[in-house]
Amino acid sequence: MTADPLLTVTDFSVTYEVDPPVEAVRNVSITLERGEILGLAGESGCGKTTLAYGIQRLLKPPAVITSGTAVFQDAGGQTIDLHALTVEQMRRFRWDKASMVFQGAMNALNPVTNVGSQLDDVFLTHRPQMSRAERKEECARLLDMVGVGRERLRSYAHELSGGMRQRVMIAMALALKPQLMIMDEPTTALDVLVQREILQQISDLRHEFGFSVIFITHDLPMLLEISDRIAIMKDGRIVEIDTSANIYHHAQHEYTRRLLSSFPSLTGERGDFVRGTGHGAGAVEENGASR
Amino acid sequence: MTTLEFSHVTKRYRVRGAGDMLALDDVSFTLHSGETIALVGQSGSGKSTIAKILTQLERATTGDILLDGKQIPRRGKGLRSYRQQVRMVFQDPFASLNPYHTIRHHIERPLRLDHVVPSDEVETEVRRLLERVHLDPASTIDRRPHELSGGQRQRVAIARALASRPSLLIADEPVSMLDVSIRLGVLNLMADLQREANLGVLYITHDLATARHFSDEIMVLHHGVVVERGKSDDVILNPQHEYTRALRDASPDPDKHFADPSAPAPTRS
Amino acid sequence: MRFFLRRLAFYAFTAWAAITINFFLPRVMKGDPISAYLQKNQGKVSPEAIDSLRTLFGLDSTKSLWQQYIDYWGLLFHGDLGRSFSRGLAPVTDIIASALPWTVGLVGLATVFSFIIGTSLGALIGWRRGSRADAVVPIATFFSTVPYFWMGLIVIAVFSSTLGWFPASHAYGKGSAPEWSLDFILQVVQHGALPAITIVVASLGGWVLGMRNMMMTVLDEDYVTVAQAKGLKPRRVLVNYAARNALLPQLSSFALSLGFIVGGTLVMELVFSYPGVGKLLLDATTAKDYPLMQGLFLVIALAVLLANIMADIAYAILDPRTRQMEA
Repeated sequence: MTADPLLTVTDFSVTYEVDPPVEAVRNVSITLERGEILGLAGESGCGKTTLAYGIQRLLKPPAVITSGTAVFQDAGGQTIDLHALTVEQMRRFRWDKASMVFQGAMNALNPVTNVGSQLDDVFLTHRPQMSRAERKEECARLLDMVGVGRERLRSYAHELSGGMRQRVMIAMALALKPQLMIMDEPTTALDVLVQREILQQISDLRHEFGFSVIFITHDLPMLLEISDRIAIMKDGRIVEIDTSANIYHHAQHEYTRRLLSSFPSLTGERGDFVRGTGHGAGAVEENGASR
Repeated sequence: MTTLEFSHVTKRYRVRGAGDMLALDDVSFTLHSGETIALVGQSGSGKSTIAKILTQLERATTGDILLDGKQIPRRGKGLRSYRQQVRMVFQDPFASLNPYHTIRHHIERPLRLDHVVPSDEVETEVRRLLERVHLDPASTIDRRPHELSGGQRQRVAIARALASRPSLLIADEPVSMLDVSIRLGVLNLMADLQREANLGVLYITHDLATARHFSDEIMVLHHGVVVERGKSDDVILNPQHEYTRALRDASPDPDKHFADPSAPAPTRS
Repeated sequence: MRFFLRRLAFYAFTAWAAITINFFLPRVMKGDPISAYLQKNQGKVSPEAIDSLRTLFGLDSTKSLWQQYIDYWGLLFHGDLGRSFSRGLAPVTDIIASALPWTVGLVGLATVFSFIIGTSLGALIGWRRGSRADAVVPIATFFSTVPYFWMGLIVIAVFSSTLGWFPASHAYGKGSAPEWSLDFILQVVQHGALPAITIVVASLGGWVLGMRNMMMTVLDEDYVTVAQAKGLKPRRVLVNYAARNALLPQLSSFALSLGFIVGGTLVMELVFSYPGVGKLLLDATTAKDYPLMQGLFLVIALAVLLANIMADIAYAILDPRTRQMEA
C-alpha cells in the first residue's frame, strides 16, 4: 500500500466528564490510507463509536476531547486540521468530505418527513447553486443507484424495510461523493442475506468512487472478509492494528486472539467451541466484570 | 425421558385490512430430553412464533402440541406442571429479570412455587444453582440485576430456568444481546448443563455457526416452513435446500475466505 | 383515506351520543321546573315557544318517546334550542350566539398565541439546553402556578386602577353597541388586552415546559445526530428535525385546551366581567334557566368535539405514521 494518508489521528483521547470520569478513548493514533477499508473492531463500551464521533466532532456533553489531533488530507491537496476549524467551517466539512452511516437506520431517518426531502437537504445545504430540478434528479439517481428505486422518493421511513432504510442512508452518505465514509455497525440489525447484499454494494461503490471507509463493528468475521486493515480496540485503546490476513493468521495481542476465538467457525473445525470437552469451560471469560 | 411434540402446527395472524398472514405453515418436530435442536431462521421466519406457542403465550391455529403424548392443558394445575417441565431463557437478560428484586428472589420463586425442595432447604438450593452456572453465590445472591454484567444476568436467567428441574429448555436467542467475547462461555455452560441434567434444548437463533456447533440437529425455518432439517454438520456443510445454501454463503466465514487461493486480497467481499 | 373515514365515523357517532344524552338528561331530572315556570307565566309565553320547550324537555306525555326524539332533532336542525327563562324568553340560540364570539375571539386567540409563543420558546430552550435560557423555565412555571383570579386582580390593580392604561372590565365601552367601526374595534382590543395577556401568561409555562422536555428527548434521537453529521445549518436541524418531531405530543394538549375554551374560562370572565359563555353558564345555573343550560351543554360538547377533529387533522398532516396505521 502506498503511503497516501487521508486521515491522520494522533494521540486522540475522549473523556466522559461524569462522576467518576470515564476515559472512553485513550491516546489513539491511527492513519487511514486513501481508498482503504479500515475495520474498527471491539466490544460494546470499548470506545469505537466515541472515537468515530470524536473525529467528526459530533460528541455531545459530557463527552470532552481531552487531547489529540485529526488531520484530513483533502484530495485537492489541502491539509485540514479538523480541530482547528471553526464551527461553521466544520459544518461545511461534514458530509461534503466525510459522511457517516449510522447503526440500525431504524431511527436514523426523520420519521415525519419523506426520504426525498432528507436527501434533498444535503444538496440544499452543501450545493446551493443546484436548481430544484437538478437536486430532484440527483436524489432520484442516488436511490436508483443503491437499488431502492426513485419511486421511493416520497416514502417515509416507516414504509421501508430495515434493509431499504439502510440503503437510503448509504445513498445519502454518497450524495456529495465524500472521500471518507464512517460506518458504525451499518448492518448489525439486518438479516444475514440483506447484510451480504449491502456489503457487496458498499464494496462495489467503493471501487467506483474510491472513497475510504472506517467500518465499525463487533462482528470480527465480517471485518476479516471486507477490510484491508483491522484495528482491535479495547478499553479505549487500540491494542493491535494490522492487515486482515495478519490479524487472522498471526494475531499478536492476547485480546485479539480471544476475540477471534469467540466466533466459532462456520465451516471449519470446531475450534475453541467446546461442546463435549468437559466441565467449567464457561467460567473463564468474565471474572466479575460488572457494569 | 420427556418428549415434546410439535405436530402439524399452523399459525395465522389476522392483519387488519391485509387479510391473513401465515406465520407457521404445517410445522412438525419432536424434541426429546437429552438432545439439542437448533431452530435457525431470519427475522420474520416464524421462529419467535414457535417460541410463543411453546410457552403458551399464543395458541396454534391448527395442530397439536403434545408433552409425552398429552395435550397441554389450557389452564390450572396442568398448565403449571407443563411450565415447570418446559422452561424458557429469553434474549434480553435485563428485560427478563425484575430490577426491583434480588437474585435470591428470582431463583427462590420457582423453587417455592413448584415445591422443588422443602422450604428449609431453599437457601442451599439457590446457592447450589448459582454455583452450577458459575456464579459466586456469596457475591451475587443479594445483588439486583443492574449490578451484574449482561453475561452474569443471563446466567441468573439460566439458573432460574433450571430451578424447577425442567426436562426441556427453550432458549430464544440466548446470547445475541451479549458481548461477543462472553457468548461462547454462556453457550458452553448451557451445553454442559444440558448434558449433566439430560435436558432437551431447543436453541432458537439466527446464527448458523453457533447452531452448528451447539446442537445435534438443525432445522431451517423460512417464511413459516421448515425447508431443511438434518444433522448439524450435514445441514451446514452440505445444505440441500437453496435457502440454506444462500444463508450459509451469506454468513461471514473467514476460514473459507482465507483458505480460498482465488481471493488473496481481502479487499473483495 | 380509510383512516379519515374511520375517524369521521367515530366523530359522527360521538356527536350523536352527545346530542342524545342531552335529549335524555332533562327527562330523567326530578321535578318539573319547566311546567312550574309555564304555569307561573301563563299568557306571557307564546304558543310556539311553549311547543318547542315541551319538545325539548319531554313534557309532551301524549307523544311517544320516539316521536319526541324525532321532534327534538327537528328543532335542532332549525337551530331552535328553546327560550331562556332568565332572559325574557329570548331564543337560547340568540343568547349563546351573542356570547360565543367574545369567548372564542378572546380566549381562542389568547390560547393560540400562548401555544405558539410557549412552544417556540420551549423549542429554543430545549435546543440550548444548559444555557442561560433555562432561566425562563422557573419564571414561566411560577406564573402558571399563581391562582388565576389573584393574578387577574393584581393586573387590574396595577394596569387599570393605578396606571389607568387599560379598562378593568367589560368587552367594550359603556354606551357603545357592537358595530364594524374602527372606533369600536379599538375599544374591543383595549378591553381585551388585560384578560388576554393574563391568559397567555398563566398558560405559557405549560407549553414551554412540555415542549422543552420533548425537545430534550428528541435531541437524543439518531436522526438529529444524522442531521448534524450531514452538516445542515443549525436552524434547519432545529426546525425540520428536532422541533417538528417534538411538536407532535404538544398537539394533543393543544386540542384539549381548545376544547375547553368555550366552557372553561369562567374565572377570567368573572374577574373582568367579560360577557362570555362561562359567565352565561354561571348565570343560567343560578337562575335555574334549564333551556339555556341545556343549550350551553350542547354547544360546549360540540366545541370539544370540533377541537378534537382539528387536532386529528393536524396530526395526520404532521405525522405520516398516523395516516398509515391501518394499512
